[in-house]
Amino acid sequence: MTRRFRILAAALAVGLAGTLSLAASNQALAQDKIKIGYAISKTGPNAGGANITQIPNYQLWFKELNDKGGLMIGGKRVPIEVIEYDDRSNSEEAVRAVERLITQDKVDLLLPPWGTGLNLAVGPVFNKYGYPQLTFSAVTDQAPALVKRWPNSFWFLGTSVQYINALVDLLSKQQKAGKINGTVAMISVADGFGIDLSKAARDGLGKAGFKLAMDKSYPVGTQDMSPMISEAQRSGADTFIAFSYPPDTVAINDQAKVASFAPKVMFTGVGTGFPLFPQRFGANVEGIMSLGGWNPNNAGTAEYRKKHVAMHSRDPDYWGSQLGYVSLQMLEQAVERVGKIDRAAIVKELQTGTFDTVLGKIKLVDNMPPKGTYAYIGQWQNGFFTGIAPDGANMKPMVIPKPAWK
Amino acid sequence: MFVEALLTGITLGGMYALVAMGLTLQYGVARIMNLSYGEILVAAAFAVFWLFTVAGFNPLIGMAMVAPAALVINWVIYRILLLPLVRRAKTRDALEVDSILATFGLLFVVQGVMLVLFGGAYYSYSFLAIPVDVFGVTIAANRLLALAFAAVIGLALYIGLTRTRAGTALRAVAVDPVSAQLVAIDVRAAAAIAFALGGGLVAAGGVLVSMFLTFNANIGVVFTMKALIVVIMGGVGNMLGALVAGLILGLTETFVATWIDPGLTLAATYSIFLIILLVRPQGLFGRGGR
Repeated sequence: MTRRFRILAAALAVGLAGTLSLAASNQALAQDKIKIGYAISKTGPNAGGANITQIPNYQLWFKELNDKGGLMIGGKRVPIEVIEYDDRSNSEEAVRAVERLITQDKVDLLLPPWGTGLNLAVGPVFNKYGYPQLTFSAVTDQAPALVKRWPNSFWFLGTSVQYINALVDLLSKQQKAGKINGTVAMISVADGFGIDLSKAARDGLGKAGFKLAMDKSYPVGTQDMSPMISEAQRSGADTFIAFSYPPDTVAINDQAKVASFAPKVMFTGVGTGFPLFPQRFGANVEGIMSLGGWNPNNAGTAEYRKKHVAMHSRDPDYWGSQLGYVSLQMLEQAVERVGKIDRAAIVKELQTGTFDTVLGKIKLVDNMPPKGTYAYIGQWQNGFFTGIAPDGANMKPMVIPKPAWK
Repeated sequence: MFVEALLTGITLGGMYALVAMGLTLQYGVARIMNLSYGEILVAAAFAVFWLFTVAGFNPLIGMAMVAPAALVINWVIYRILLLPLVRRAKTRDALEVDSILATFGLLFVVQGVMLVLFGGAYYSYSFLAIPVDVFGVTIAANRLLALAFAAVIGLALYIGLTRTRAGTALRAVAVDPVSAQLVAIDVRAAAAIAFALGGGLVAAGGVLVSMFLTFNANIGVVFTMKALIVVIMGGVGNMLGALVAGLILGLTETFVATWIDPGLTLAATYSIFLIILLVRPQGLFGRGGR
């Protein structure tokens, strides 16, 4: 009885596997379009960031694919079909939408949502179904651990420690050269990004012998920065660091200008590299530092910027945008090399292959771009948000002190 | 340092009061709990942004266009969307619930239109961001302007509501819509005017805050919440209450941020709100409406 059952089960399994593989090969043969899906924050508090850094890149990539006639699969161009959902900046909604994309819409490829929180939230779903997750708007120190748990996840913006190390190196050099004192004033938004970065900065600055004369966090949506700017002004610090979100970044710089607070080093958070920033502050952006930064002499990113401006009539974000485009270029090349929608093989190719991108040839290390691929810290120099750290071939020297407000 | 915190707090409080005054008219007199309030504010900010950056109008001239336009639009919204609810409502509570649902829908319509026109990205422009020296404290001119408007509008409306015949009629509607009819007040017309006036006020507030705050199509709810707190704290329908409550909130936030910790500003705001609700559930100046 048991034996017969076992044989039956085995036969059934073989048969099932047979039909499955048959179905799979049929699908590959008959595939007349590639479905690409994503859930992103079109509304809610995340929409501001998603609309600057992420959605324009997706639209640009889709347009280029459509102009070419689709994705190259097995030697011929297969047209793409795009399915988009609004996750309303809500992680449950994002998880539901991604599950729906996979199980009901049966998309071939998934693109990630915006932000650290939502990418962490949908990570298990991407992983469960084996879809590559190429995040480029998430910064987390858990990235190396996550890559072990979810080998299909890629973290193009890396970890907060990498940014802080680069920043602390810069500051230490300036202090040794006698350009700044050893006192730092730091404020941070009480949300994922601000908490992570300020924690790393507290450690990093402390180890390098800097003293934090001010270390305050403020709630998301704070509409008046003047008490904090006054305190920073009184603290006597030569270096002012704010791990802020875009509306705060603008408000902080606005208030600093009104109060004529021009520390020798002025570093502000997300939004400093947005196109709105130079629009708003004009020549006053000179010397202000933030995360990200571009190499002004890179023809690849210059070309990318031109395409971005042509399509969206505005500059990309000078931190995440170029990496977003790079991740899409890599995904496209990986699919072409694999020659079919075999997601496990695509993940493997992304992990091990070398890719031609606007940032040059890139080979990922532990699912992240290695140090030197792009700038971690940038500074507005001559109207261009220029990469200045970590030390490397394409980095420009830091300009110090920041000029007074005009 | 005390003078500095005091002045900064008053400026911030003035902005809160400014943002809340329209709602106190709409909720206090017209009895419409308008959840799309913040969206109207952001729409006005977008309108003036467009007028300033594309058409080249000074935001103050922009306000002279946007606020009357908002007044008319809000009057139309009241006549078309809300009047059927008013007719149908058997009690004031029923009207409140219906108006919450209807304006919740309106919120998404206004937000959707803004998303289609401007996308979800952040917008910001610089106007009057020049330092002004007040008693040795440097404050941005645009924030002072918002404070001045709040004070002027608040006092003007307070006097208008308490000293004029039309104002008295509006207050009568706020106190008792049924009895007001008995003394030959056209309650619906009065409520429509109050709602429209509230809409014009919030648009003016939107224009003023857009001079110093970064905004996008999704942040309306932030202003609705703030306005609601101020209105309930000050006493529903009371202009002076809104002004005082706004100033209390602004001062609390600034004092806490200066001397305790900027991270506790929200906690302080809500603690004050709670205490006032416990001690005076009708709000600071609330007396069943004034």
